[in-house]
Amino acid sequence: MGHARRERWIAFLMVLPSIILIAIFVYGFIGWTTAVSLSKWDGVEPDYSWVGLDNFRQLFSTGGGVSAKRFTIDLWNTLFFTILFLATCIVFGLLLAILLDQNVKGEGIFRTIYLFPMSLSFVVTGVVWQWIFAPGTERRLRGVNALLHNVGLGALRWGWYTDTNTVGSFHVALIPVIIAASWQLVGYTMAMYLAGLRAIPDELREAARVDGASEVKLYRHIILPILRPITLSALIVLGHTSLKIFDLVYTMTGKGPGFVTDVPGIFMFETTFQGNHYAQGAAISMVMLCMVALVIIPYLTISLRREVEL
Amino acid sequence: MTRHFDPMKIGIYLLLIVFAFLFLVPVYVMLVSSLKTFAEVQDLSRLWALPAGLNLESFTSAWSGIPDKGLRGLSQNLLNSVNLTVPATILSSMLGSLNGYVLSKWKFRGADVVFPLMLFGMFIPYQSVLIPLTLTLSAIGLGGTLWGLVLVHVVYGIPITTLIFRNYYAGVPTDLVEAARIDGAGILGVYWRVIFPISMPGFVVVIIWQFTNIWNEFLFAVSILQKPELQPITVALRNLSGSQIKEWNMVMAGAIIAALPTLLIYVVMGRYFIRGLLAGSVKG
Repeated sequence: MGHARRERWIAFLMVLPSIILIAIFVYGFIGWTTAVSLSKWDGVEPDYSWVGLDNFRQLFSTGGGVSAKRFTIDLWNTLFFTILFLATCIVFGLLLAILLDQNVKGEGIFRTIYLFPMSLSFVVTGVVWQWIFAPGTERRLRGVNALLHNVGLGALRWGWYTDTNTVGSFHVALIPVIIAASWQLVGYTMAMYLAGLRAIPDELREAARVDGASEVKLYRHIILPILRPITLSALIVLGHTSLKIFDLVYTMTGKGPGFVTDVPGIFMFETTFQGNHYAQGAAISMVMLCMVALVIIPYLTISLRREVEL
Repeated sequence: MTRHFDPMKIGIYLLLIVFAFLFLVPVYVMLVSSLKTFAEVQDLSRLWALPAGLNLESFTSAWSGIPDKGLRGLSQNLLNSVNLTVPATILSSMLGSLNGYVLSKWKFRGADVVFPLMLFGMFIPYQSVLIPLTLTLSAIGLGGTLWGLVLVHVVYGIPITTLIFRNYYAGVPTDLVEAARIDGAGILGVYWRVIFPISMPGFVVVIIWQFTNIWNEFLFAVSILQKPELQPITVALRNLSGSQIKEWNMVMAGAIIAALPTLLIYVVMGRYFIRGLLAGSVKG
């Protein structure tokens, strides 16, 4: 079988360029960033002298002013942002999918409207929502504040993404950003659930109805359990997007007053490319990588193993 | 079926319509603001109101800029986006097709290890490769160039394009491949004669997906391209909206110009767009 063996070599050679590129650009570069994160490099000139975990210790230090606490604030922001963003996407995505699955007329039009934000850049989304939630000033109200004022609800105006109030460690300024992000990704979640709902055979629903199950029971005991793996996929995909979010927040609000809307992605970008604090930037990106890896590696392992079993 | 008044059905439609309106609010904002003059957009009492007339001045200024106020137009940046997105999309689709073919029909030893390692590359926060990436591009003479950014998008596009094609080719009966092999075709012969001719639907999904993603991308572009005349439209738009005095009508017109290409693709080829979207959740 010399022939088959030769072919297997050709097969390997065909993917070799991609393997090499990924090996360098993903794994090699991650290793390189790790080295930078453990170095003293602070300035335009590279400096790889070893400082151990100093950069990480500095990031997580809780002493000093608000600037020293920036990374801690970022992590809290990421945590709250992720939880609320995921909850919004799952609840409304599932709701819209179930509504659209009721044999409605014009389903295509509704689906197109709910999903179109997915085709836009986060930058476009950021620009538009920046306008919508711009608070303006007391004398010149903007965005939703102006709308509230015009309909006589001016008392409800607030600072939106510039508001510095907190509930516990949660910055309320994140709410407008969560709305913008959800606007963009609820449709995606809906599309995932809709694909799941369409894969459920009609016989199953019919059988349950014949057995006298109400529509509510049908959903609670039969359909929702079937959709559980889709919820997991959605949580992973949306969750890892949210852990590394940058474009949307950077365009819409930036870091905000007192870092109310800051996230690690913004901190990393500013400190590295505007402040030349390379080692600090690298350390931030390593923390981001670890957060994403904690979510993605188990998920990849499970879904690929399941695929092999099939 | 008899027609009868069904409150449940009416409730469903009502909810669907309310949500549709909510989803369209940003579109309303973009359209209304972009059709106003600068003076009109400054009138905060009519912030949410329809424009007095159809005024396209903001589109011309978003396109060619307002030199007096130091504002750059987006026409060059739109062209940059085309010059970036088209070659990067074509190259990464071709790589993905070859990889997907090999990884689904010619599994070599270790392929089951290579594939997940490759896939991981599409989930990483790109911040974790950004510093070495900018250094490397400069070292090989591609720093600050559009071709450098093309290379970046081709490389980081490998995981998703390979994944989509691998799943697509998994649905191609192995008998077809076997039959061609009995006829004496080698690995490349099978690809050209059997696989490539039936790859069109796969290519459509991948091309739409890559085009949309690369067109919309921001982080790589803003980190690699410093010169305003080289930046793609996403970076230019963000610079416009981040400038001190915001010409909101111009910014919104710019947002529409930036959004239009991918939006058109979505409206015309939504079915394929959704397929790419769902492939991103690994199990295609």
